[in-house]
Amino acid sequence: MDIRSIRKLIEIVEQSDIAEIEIKEGEHNIRITRSQEPTYIQAPMAAPMAAAAPQTPAMDPTPASPASTDAAPAEISGHKITSPMVGTFYEAPSPDSDPFVKVGDTVSVGDTLCILEAMKIMNPIEADTAGTIKQILGVNGEPVEYGQVLFVIE
Amino acid sequence: MIEKILIANRGEIALRVLRACKELGIKTVAVHSTEDANLKHVLLADETVCIGPGPSAQSYLNVPALIAAAEVTDAEAIHPGYGFLSENADFAERVEESGFAFIGPKADTIRMMGDKVAAIKAMKAAGVPTVPGSGGPLDPKNDAENLRIAKEIGYPVIIKAAGGGGGRGMRVVHTEANLLKSVVLTSTEANNFFGNPEVYMEKFLENPRHVEIQILADGQGNAIHLGERDCSMQRRHQKVVEEAPAPGVTPEQRERIGSACVKACLDINYRGAGTFEFLYENGEFYFIEMNTRLQVEHCVTEMVTGIDLVKAQIEIAMGKPLTLKQEDIKLTGHAIECRVNAENPSKNFMPSPGKIERLHLAGGLGVRWDSHIYTGYTVPSTYDSMIGKLISFGSDRSTAIARMNTALSEMIIQGIETNINMQREIMNDGGFVEGGQNIHYLENRLEHLV
Repeated sequence: MDIRSIRKLIEIVEQSDIAEIEIKEGEHNIRITRSQEPTYIQAPMAAPMAAAAPQTPAMDPTPASPASTDAAPAEISGHKITSPMVGTFYEAPSPDSDPFVKVGDTVSVGDTLCILEAMKIMNPIEADTAGTIKQILGVNGEPVEYGQVLFVIE
Repeated sequence: MIEKILIANRGEIALRVLRACKELGIKTVAVHSTEDANLKHVLLADETVCIGPGPSAQSYLNVPALIAAAEVTDAEAIHPGYGFLSENADFAERVEESGFAFIGPKADTIRMMGDKVAAIKAMKAAGVPTVPGSGGPLDPKNDAENLRIAKEIGYPVIIKAAGGGGGRGMRVVHTEANLLKSVVLTSTEANNFFGNPEVYMEKFLENPRHVEIQILADGQGNAIHLGERDCSMQRRHQKVVEEAPAPGVTPEQRERIGSACVKACLDINYRGAGTFEFLYENGEFYFIEMNTRLQVEHCVTEMVTGIDLVKAQIEIAMGKPLTLKQEDIKLTGHAIECRVNAENPSKNFMPSPGKIERLHLAGGLGVRWDSHIYTGYTVPSTYDSMIGKLISFGSDRSTAIARMNTALSEMIIQGIETNINMQREIMNDGGFVEGGQNIHYLENRLEHLV
């Protein structure tokens, strides 16, 4: 079950009166529950899930995908870093390195936050504002589209 | 077998391609700009990728974004639709180099046909009749030769940009006195418009119709033609009404020109769907250019032949040889297409973007509506104004016209201005009903019709 399917499920929950939905697919299990701010619980995935970091994906309650809904909970405050291109999000310069940034890190203008890869070319994405990393919405190894929110900086 | 296609286009043609993919059980990836997130085909597609902001240069013409989108979705093929990058040889090349199938001809074929001088040379070699002309670029310094060529062709002549098209970079010359400065002027304009000062000369036909031949070729030694379309109803070189078959074209003429086009396809090893465009005058065809893509008006050919041209494109791209033989192609009945644009004909065709508050569509026997619009859809101002194609089909031309009239009268598109009333005027115009009018007819009549 990949991030796009999960995002679609979240949209379905938000756009409907469904209170909770749980999907089992082979060994993968996902439950999405509507509350004041929806929290997303995900059972441990089987190993071949790209180069995913072990943390659960922290989804922005306001879906960044095209058919965005008005029924979303509170907007995230802070400066959004959005993707300027289509590509694959990488949180670190190489698979064995540490991520460029973690939540809570202080960044200055020009600091590299992530890499977006397209057609074998690695494009570093830099902070255009100084502040603290409040949220990381890009998922390592997962595709991002133009305009998708990657980071929130406060 | 292609299992996932990325649709590199928008609007009605993207929906058309999506429908063909669905029929074939192929998964669809809809790429779109930020402004097009609510396009009908985007809402229907299996996967969507936002590739850039509204302006086409940053989205639908953004090659890296398109290829990256194909990569991240694991698409296997890209359908370019029409317009945008569909006739961009570099794009076709990059698509294939990146490991995807380009649903269309090979890059070299596109490149050759995009150079109008080279295309004419290739057609001549293949035995396709061309407009009498210089047969190659003019030497701007050789006045004597240019005068000689014009004299041989016979005035009036037209100077055209080799790298041009779409009616730009052209100049008609009626008398010898104006020839030399026209060559210089057109060459300068060509350089400004297209970055290429090369010009050539052709006989200017004074009463031509625009008649084009649809072909399909599999790139494996098989090619067929699917008859002709008459697209003479034009305004500023933009087609307004198209029909198939062309009134007055005899089966013998059709066979003769169709075979010549088929032979040309085989000679250049064409692959995919394509259209040979001709000027037709006094029963003779004169090649002007080839479009190496699907055309807007492909629908009328589909109605009279029963062949799904988009499915055919996809199957050819999958490497399937053409199973259709020329003797299988029969033209039955008559089809007419009226392009519906979001524009105000009485205000000099000013575009009319905006939200469609109410939509009521026509229907019934012999009525086809190809469009992406729906109630509540906002027509953006960023793209061209065509919002749909209304197509009618009947056993003969008068039935097709009658059905089109009824369909146009039933259509309600509220919230924006459209050219629907103008199309009704055209359907009721004596000259149109008579049939066989030339390419200047509509513009001349528009003062009265609008």
